[in-house]
Amino acid sequence: MAPTVSAIGGSARTDFIFMMLFAAAVLTAPFWASFIGAGYPDLLQKWAIYGLFAIGFNILFGLTGYLSFGHAAFLGIGSYAAVWSFKLLTMNVLPAIAFAILFSALFALAIGYISLRRTGIYFSILTLAFAQMSYNLAYSVLTPITNGETGLKVIPTDPRILEELAGVRNTAVAPTTSLFGVEMTGYPGFYFCAVILIIGFFIAMKIARSPFGTMLKAIKSNQTRMNYTGFNTRPYTLAAFVISGMYAGMAGALLASTDPLAGAERMQWTASGEVVLMTILGGAGTLLGPVLGAAVIKYFENIFSAFNEQVLNAMFSFLPEVLKEGAVAVAGLFVGEGWHLTLGVVFMLIVIFLPGGIMEGIRRVHKLFKRSDGSSRSGAAAESA
Amino acid sequence: MTVFNKGVSRRSLMKGGVALTAGLAAPHFFTKGAYAYLNEPKGGSVTLGFNVPQSGAYADEGADELRAYQLAVKHINGEGDGGMLNTFTSKALKGNGILGKKVEYVTGDTQTKSDAARASAKRMIEKDGVVMVTGGSSSGVAIAVQSLCQEAGIIFMAGLTHSNDTTGKDRRANGFRHFFNAYQSGAALAPVLEANYGKDRKAYHLTADYTWGWTQEESIANATEALGWQTVNKVRTPLGAGDFSQYITPVLNSGADVLILNHYGKDMVNSLTQAVQFGLRDKQVNGKDFVIVVPLYSRLMAQGAGENVKGIFGSTNWHWSLSDEGSQAFVKSFGAEYGFPPSQAAHTCYVQTLLYADAAERAGTFAPCDLGKALEGFEFDGMGNGPTLYRADDHQCFKKVLVVKGKENPSSQFDLLEVVQEVPREQVTYDANIPQFAGSLGSCNNGA
Repeated sequence: MAPTVSAIGGSARTDFIFMMLFAAAVLTAPFWASFIGAGYPDLLQKWAIYGLFAIGFNILFGLTGYLSFGHAAFLGIGSYAAVWSFKLLTMNVLPAIAFAILFSALFALAIGYISLRRTGIYFSILTLAFAQMSYNLAYSVLTPITNGETGLKVIPTDPRILEELAGVRNTAVAPTTSLFGVEMTGYPGFYFCAVILIIGFFIAMKIARSPFGTMLKAIKSNQTRMNYTGFNTRPYTLAAFVISGMYAGMAGALLASTDPLAGAERMQWTASGEVVLMTILGGAGTLLGPVLGAAVIKYFENIFSAFNEQVLNAMFSFLPEVLKEGAVAVAGLFVGEGWHLTLGVVFMLIVIFLPGGIMEGIRRVHKLFKRSDGSSRSGAAAESA
Repeated sequence: MTVFNKGVSRRSLMKGGVALTAGLAAPHFFTKGAYAYLNEPKGGSVTLGFNVPQSGAYADEGADELRAYQLAVKHINGEGDGGMLNTFTSKALKGNGILGKKVEYVTGDTQTKSDAARASAKRMIEKDGVVMVTGGSSSGVAIAVQSLCQEAGIIFMAGLTHSNDTTGKDRRANGFRHFFNAYQSGAALAPVLEANYGKDRKAYHLTADYTWGWTQEESIANATEALGWQTVNKVRTPLGAGDFSQYITPVLNSGADVLILNHYGKDMVNSLTQAVQFGLRDKQVNGKDFVIVVPLYSRLMAQGAGENVKGIFGSTNWHWSLSDEGSQAFVKSFGAEYGFPPSQAAHTCYVQTLLYADAAERAGTFAPCDLGKALEGFEFDGMGNGPTLYRADDHQCFKKVLVVKGKENPSSQFDLLEVVQEVPREQVTYDANIPQFAGSLGSCNNGA
C-alpha cells in the first residue's frame, strides 16, 4: 500500500488528523459534555460502549449491506462471558474482555455460518430468530448459567480462582471490577472504555481502508456480479460478521466491567433494533456516523426521559401563566415517558430529509460552507468519514 | 505504521500530551470537594430521585407511584392539606421541607429492566446529586438498584417489591423496605385458605420466573404444606409471557384442585383471565370445587382482570377502603389531587418518602449512616397500617397484612376488592435469619 494514499477515501495524512481529532474529542468528553448536561460518568461510559457496538455493527451493515437484526445476542453473550470471568477467575477486566471476545466470536461464527446462506430480508429474519432464541434460552432453560430475569451478579463468595491463588480473594465485601487496582467505575471506567473505543475506531478505519474493506463494499454494491466473476464472497461476509460480533461482545464486556451485572434483556430484539437505529441515525457506511448515532440515542434515553413537569415549568417560567401551562402540557408529551416519541420524530425527520443520517447533514453544511468560502480546502475529515 | 510517523514532531507530541493530561485531570477538580458524605446538599434545597417504571409490564404501577411521590413532596414542603403528616405519630416534620431545605426531585424511567434502572439511578446520583433513590415495581430491579445505592453510598427506599430477597439474601445496610413480602403473604393467607378450602387440597403453582416468583412460590408452598396441602407441581413461566394457555392446559389433568398464580401485573391479568376462560373455576376435582388463589393482589390488577377476580383470595399491603385515620387522610388528599383513589404501590411509595424525610429530620443530617440509624428500630403509627416497626436486623417493616377477596358486587370501578381479614403483625413476624431470609446487611456506606 502506498504510504500517502490509502486504498479508498482520504489520504493517510487526513486519516491521521481525523483519528487524532476523534481521540481528542472522546478523551475531552467529560469537559464539553457537561455543557449539555451529559458530563457524568455513567452516560459517558454508555456513549463509549454503545459507540463501539455501533462501529462494529457498521462493519457488517455499512460495508457489506447485510442488515443483522440480532446483534444484541453478541452483546449479551459478551456480558455473560465477562461476568463469569469475574466470578470464576478474577475481577480484573482484561481476562473478562478476552473471554467475551472469544465467546462472541464463536457464536458469531456459528450463527453467521448458517444465516449468511441467505441475503436480504431472509438474512435479517434468521439473525433475529437466533437472537430471540438466545434471549429465550437465557430466560428459561439456561437459568443456571444466566440467573434468568434476576440477572447474573458477582457476590463476595464467588470462587475467583486467580485471586484465590494470589491470596487476595476477599469474601467479606462486595467485589469491584478493576484494572490492576484501578477501579473501573466513575471516570477511570470511562477513560478505559474511551481508550478501547479509540482503538476500535482505529481498527474499523483500517478495515474500511484496506483491500478487505474494498471487497466488502463491492459485496454491498453488487454481490451477484462478484459471484459471476468467480469470487467466493462467503468467507468475506462471514469474516465481517464475526468481526462485528466480536465488537459487540467487547461492548458487552465493557458494560459488565463498568457495572458487573448481566441480564437477558440485553439480548432482546429491542436492543438489536437500537443498534440499527444508531447506525442509520448517524449514517450507515460512515466511520463517525454510528458513534454519533449512539451518542444521540443514549442522550435522549438518559436526559430526555428525566425531564418532568417540574423541569418544564422552570424552563418556560419566562412565559405568562396561561401560555406557560400550555407550553408545559405540549412539551410534556415529548419528554419523560414520551422520550420514545421524540426519538421517533427525530428519526423520521432524519430518514426523510437526510437519508445519509447525521453525517450527510454535516457534509451538506460543510459543502455550503466551502461554497460560500470559495476556498478549495479539502476538509477531508468529514468527507472521507 | 508509516501513517503515524508522518508529520508528528516530538514537540507537537509533547504539547498534545500536556493538553491531554490537563483534559484528563479536569473533571476531577470539579468532582472533588469537601463533602462529609456523598451529595451533601449545600444550598437551600435537597434533591430526591424517583426511579419508577414508566414503560413496560409494570407501567401502570409506576405511574401511580410517581403521583404518590409528587404528593409526598408537596406535603413535606408544606403545600396541600398535609395528608398523612397530620396522622403520623412522629411530629418532627414541620412542613418546611427537610431540615429547612426545600425538597426537589428528579424522575427516571426504569423500563422494568435492571440495566435501564441502574443507568437511571446512576444519572441521579452522579449528575443530579440526589441523597436518596426510591422506586421499584419489580423485585429484580429493586434489588439491582439497592445494591447500586449501597456501593455508591446513598439511601435506597424500596417501593413496591415483594420478593423475600430484597430484605433477605440481598439485604443491604443502605436499603429499607416498607412493603410486605412473600413470606408474610403466605403466613397471612394460610389460615384463611384453611378456613375456606379445608386441609386436604392439591395445589398447582404457576410462577413468574425471577426472584420474586421464586420466593413467593417457596413461601406459599411452605405455608400451605404446613396446613396439610400437597403441592402437585411448580411450573415456571417467563415474565411477560402474554399467552399462558400452554401452561394452563396441563393443570386440567394434573389432579390438582387449587391453582396458585404467582404472577403480578399484566402477567396476572393474562394468566387469570385465561384460566377462567379454560373453565377451571367451573370444574370439580376430587369432589371439590376447583379454586384459584392469587397470593399478591393489587387493585390495578383487579381492574385489568375485571369479572374474573370475583371470589378469588389474595393478600395486599394496603387498600384504599380502610377506615383508619391515616388511610382516610391519604385517600382524601390523593383523590383531591388526581380524582381517583391511590393503589397500594402509591401508598407504600408515599409512606417511604415521608419516613425518609422524618428520619433525616430526627437524625439532623442526610448522611446515610446516621439517617439509617434513625430508621432502624423506629416504631410509628398513623400511616394506614396500624402500629409499624422498622426492624433493625433486616430493614423490613412489620405491620398488619390484609387478606382480600375479589368483590362479588362492586359498587364502582375502583371498589373491586373487599378486605376479608386484617392479619395482626404478630402473625406475620418471623426471625430475621430463618433459612429463606439468611443474609447480611454489611456495613452502611456514606459514599465520599
